[in-house]
Amino acid sequence: MKPIITAKDLCLWYGSAQALDHITLDIPENSITALIGPSGCGKSTFLKTLNRMNDLVEGVKITGTVTYAGKDVFATDVNQLRKEVGMVFQKPNPFPMSIYDNVAYGPRTHGITAKKDLDQIVEQALRDAAIWDEVKDRLKKNALGLSGGQQQRLCIARALAVAPKVLLMDEPTSALDPISTSRIEELVTQLKDRYTIIMVTHNMQQAVRVSDYTAFFLLGELVEFGATESLFSQPVDRRTEDYITGRFG
Amino acid sequence: MTSKKRTAFRWTVRLLMWTATALTAALVVALVVYVMAKGVPHITWELLSTETSYLYDRKGILPNILNTIYIILAALVLVIPLGVGAAVYLTEYAKNKRLVAAIEYAAEILSGIPSIIYGLVGMLVFSEFLGLGSSLLAGALTLVIMNLPTIMRSTQESLKTVPQSYREGAFGLGAGKWRTIRTVVLPGCVDGVITGCILSVGRILGESAALLFTAGTANNLNGLFEAMTAPGSTLTVALYYYAKEEGEFEVAFAIAAILMVLSLLINLAATWVTRHFQRRKAL
Repeated sequence: MKPIITAKDLCLWYGSAQALDHITLDIPENSITALIGPSGCGKSTFLKTLNRMNDLVEGVKITGTVTYAGKDVFATDVNQLRKEVGMVFQKPNPFPMSIYDNVAYGPRTHGITAKKDLDQIVEQALRDAAIWDEVKDRLKKNALGLSGGQQQRLCIARALAVAPKVLLMDEPTSALDPISTSRIEELVTQLKDRYTIIMVTHNMQQAVRVSDYTAFFLLGELVEFGATESLFSQPVDRRTEDYITGRFG
Repeated sequence: MTSKKRTAFRWTVRLLMWTATALTAALVVALVVYVMAKGVPHITWELLSTETSYLYDRKGILPNILNTIYIILAALVLVIPLGVGAAVYLTEYAKNKRLVAAIEYAAEILSGIPSIIYGLVGMLVFSEFLGLGSSLLAGALTLVIMNLPTIMRSTQESLKTVPQSYREGAFGLGAGKWRTIRTVVLPGCVDGVITGCILSVGRILGESAALLFTAGTANNLNGLFEAMTAPGSTLTVALYYYAKEEGEFEVAFAIAAILMVLSLLINLAATWVTRHFQRRKAL
């Protein structure tokens, strides 16, 4: 396996509270990696460090390195980094504009203005996010009129439209109903051929269902990382075993 | 207290409250009816469409209506970019929390200063120091300073209601800070800007003290651009002038009636805008 993102001795503090403690982890390319662990274990913080969304938080201090495709992410232009490492958030957050404009937002940001190109990108992104058939007749309608599940797939389409290499997903189904959840899971599995997906999830069944690799975080530490199948069937660390068998968390 | 005493006490309190309410309502109604009754009969087409002429013994307030519109336009054109710009800086960019708090506090105080003081300062700075003389532009600039806090604060409040998730969404797609603000944040706070504008228009409409100092009392018919450099009175100033200097109470009451209707319309517009945007946000 070839790593696309590598974290080395990554520590992060919010003010004086340490949220990540010497995380060293290689994310394999074109696969789905699930980050699991109880609330406050640092999995979301780790995810947000990968595309520097933590820059927005005040009083953050980071040591250690994160490289994406061999480049130090903290030395890369942040907008360029986020173009290549896209993100889907926990709560669907479409902009209060039309479905078309939502998907076209990213490409426009990165300088694509020709209508023909945009039309094509928007359609392709919506198809890839398995929502094209539902919205093709109302592309000009406000995106906030869609259901929660549709909004989340729209947000995935919006992220895909800038052609990222990596897609970070922060509990993308936790605000959705079971049917929408299974559609998104199906979609994520289809996307892994072309994208590397890193997904934070609270739901261990979901991690088993969709991911190839799983990382278990606890109290800011990376306890265990491995192929999902072996991590869930033969955990090496006692704490992993306790967590996945439901003894805490 | 015995139960009888308690009942008596309760009824007394209730009676006092009713009286207070009735008195307040009666005052408002009486005022409106009085002004309307004295003013409306004197609103004629001639009054609205001509300028006052001693030669033809004619009273007309068209110049004052136009001056009011000009001064509102000029003030808004200048105050919106300033106020919105300041609000965006303070809410989105400024890092120094104490400085922001200090500026917000200053804005709060600024909006509580009696308008005649703005007039005095406006006269000294714009009319005298900058040499604008008695002109609508000097008046408009004075109004800009008066209304800057209103626009700034209402935009700021509105900016704070734009969900953080919109900003995150835009940043997550690789949009820079300014692009995020321009395309996602500002469109979300249009309602605040409009509300601020409506409040400001109401305030400008009712302003007389500051304009007496800066914009003068002339009643000449001017186009927008010549009016800027010429003295001219707005409706409220004209009301003062006709009543106090000329004893023309019929014209004064006609103007009063027009101003009352306008401020009612402005209040309705403010309510409508707020509701309209709330519905859109709820979508």
